[in-house]
Amino acid sequence: MRALGVSAFVATGVVLLILVAVSAPALLAPGDPLAVSPTEGFLAPSLAHPFGTDESGRGIYTRIVHGARASAGIGVAATAIGVGLGIVIGFVCGLGPRAVDAALTRVVEVLYALPTLVMALLFVAVIGPGPTSSILAIGLATAPGYARMVRTRVRQVARSDYVAYARHEGVTRTAAFGRHVLPNTLWPLIAMVTLGIGQAIVWVSALSFLGLGAEPPSPEWGSMLNAGRVYLSTAWWMTLFPGLAIIVTAIALTVLGRRLSKGSA
Amino acid sequence: MSALLEVRGLTVSLAGSGEVVSAVSLDARAGEVHGIVGESGAGKSVLARTLLGLTQQDPRARVTATALTFDGRDMRRAGQRAWRALRGGESALVLQDALQSLDPLRTVQAEVGETLAVRRTPRSERRTRILDALERAGLADAASLLGHRSGELSGGMRQRVLIASAIIGGARLIIADEPTTALDATVAVRVLELLRSLAADGAAVIFITHDLDAVRRIADRVTVLEGGRAVEQGTAHQVLRAPAHPSTRALLAAIPTGPKRETASPGDVVLEAEHLSRRYGSALAVDDASLTLRAGETLGIVGESGSGKSTLARLLIGAERPDEGATARPGDPTVRLVPQDPLGSFDPRHSVRRILDLSRRGAAPTSEELMAKVGLDSALLDRRPARLSGGQRQRVAIARALAADPHVLVLDEPVSALDVTTQAGILDLLGDLQRRSRLAMVFISHDLAVVRRAADRVAVMQAGRIVETGPTERIYASPAQQVTRDLIAASGQR
Repeated sequence: MRALGVSAFVATGVVLLILVAVSAPALLAPGDPLAVSPTEGFLAPSLAHPFGTDESGRGIYTRIVHGARASAGIGVAATAIGVGLGIVIGFVCGLGPRAVDAALTRVVEVLYALPTLVMALLFVAVIGPGPTSSILAIGLATAPGYARMVRTRVRQVARSDYVAYARHEGVTRTAAFGRHVLPNTLWPLIAMVTLGIGQAIVWVSALSFLGLGAEPPSPEWGSMLNAGRVYLSTAWWMTLFPGLAIIVTAIALTVLGRRLSKGSA
Repeated sequence: MSALLEVRGLTVSLAGSGEVVSAVSLDARAGEVHGIVGESGAGKSVLARTLLGLTQQDPRARVTATALTFDGRDMRRAGQRAWRALRGGESALVLQDALQSLDPLRTVQAEVGETLAVRRTPRSERRTRILDALERAGLADAASLLGHRSGELSGGMRQRVLIASAIIGGARLIIADEPTTALDATVAVRVLELLRSLAADGAAVIFITHDLDAVRRIADRVTVLEGGRAVEQGTAHQVLRAPAHPSTRALLAAIPTGPKRETASPGDVVLEAEHLSRRYGSALAVDDASLTLRAGETLGIVGESGSGKSTLARLLIGAERPDEGATARPGDPTVRLVPQDPLGSFDPRHSVRRILDLSRRGAAPTSEELMAKVGLDSALLDRRPARLSGGQRQRVAIARALAADPHVLVLDEPVSALDVTTQAGILDLLGDLQRRSRLAMVFISHDLAVVRRAADRVAVMQAGRIVETGPTERIYASPAQQVTRDLIAASGQR
């Protein structure tokens, strides 16, 4: 119990730090992430450049801080699309006519069976590469999972004794939906969404690493990994720190999500 | 005769809840049933689990005793290995909820035979011993049951299967923790008789319950627990006839006995059901049921589980439509339900205050007044229902029904999940409410003693039909139907 408290505390700290990096990166790293300085290329980590510099002499630390907006932002946006779509489909399935539910659920199950990254690659292949399309692709690819979850939960709540009791008291279907079904369905989602953002950031970085998301010289973490890959043997810091940024962010969000789901259960 | 299990000065402290059992001494003798009674939270179950070495598994629990001897062996320093050997063979635990204790995917044969399998009894021997144990547990057609899974058995049969798996290892000490709480009165009586006959066969039985009437039926000795202390101890006859300690007297006084205190003079008809029928698939849940309810009176509906009581309640409140027949509500009364499972009927995200506010209709009293009406502290208004005790939840469910200022209350098993003292409090509350506001009530229960205390008239249900109806005392004095006679005999009412 105590261990969980400490890890949740650290995770909250990390997430707050990322939020600062997203909203005001200059506070943490005053430099310009894109400023090229050819004389300072491939410098190992030092006081002036805590995470070292890349082939064009740009500070890795500065780039990671400024890249948070791209990586985390894309992760959040993708999750928002996935959750939004999932909620709509889930509610339509859960409360709509049986035929609609049956048809939509089949489609959702088929899509859910495909690995998320494979599906995202499929979408990128159709709509073309780029940061916006990677948001859309990850969003669409994660929607079936959320839709399934929302559908199950909606049906469970709609059939609960407390909704039945409200109807017994003469509460209309619409009022019972707003009062009981909606909050009891959406609340447990918060934990899942926190977990989902961490996952989405990893997938967004994966797409960028494959050259299908953000393009260099954008300081997006996945594309930084891709750029550093060539110099792995000589400038290890070019891949280590962006990689760590992705891992730490994903772990922090996962720890937080699990803590939240325990609290709400 | 010396005791099989001898306990002196047993004290158990649990992490977070402090001393749960304090200096308890008791003996379990072969051939005797030792009843342990007390309200919920008195430490009964922790005591039972400690006597089997289960509490000792928790590294943060502290168990001390001046003596804890099983058949001459000192068990105070016994390790888990020794306790496990004891549990597999010489002692056994029968729990309250047989459905949860049995694995839904395993057959009766596998469940009952598990002890033998663990002990590597040869397969050829197992089958006959399983059959023998099932028969001793009172399951007549044992051979045909072997292939069944727990979901296919009735509640009473499951409890017997559980008892069979407890006695198959030749247990000499059987600890039964509330074994009849989940059962119908008629079935519970048979399980009690079974425990008695196991004692007669030479086992020592420790019977834990909050039901003093059950103790009166089968126990030789009684220990009354309160706040972890044994406040009274002695032979059943002595303790129940001449209780020395105030808590024993309070427990005895709480047993529902006798007829309803004041009988109302019934007013106008508020609810009339005519020839109601309800079918689920091919099964007829309610079959041609007719009844009338008048202002200011309570109509009891009794019957075994599955007799259609709850379906009739749902038809009466209009939550379901009858396939045939109709309900009339002269004067358009407000009807409210107090459901069987109050916790499930509360939105888990709402506080008590919000629950009451949402249910208020018209010129109903405030939340504080409603809480006062049902005898609850208004400090509980800001709690979520999950953080209330069973009795408090039941009271909140009643307060919520009252928030609509109803004319009719339909109560589905309102006290069956509560211990006797809480039960008595709720019954008094209902009587009070009726007297003050001339509420009409439909009171559904399988406990005939409770119905006798609560109802002016009673309707007996069997297989969906109302087989007998009339004034409570007349029905109890001269029942015309066999089911009514069985139910009355099972509840000890005459």
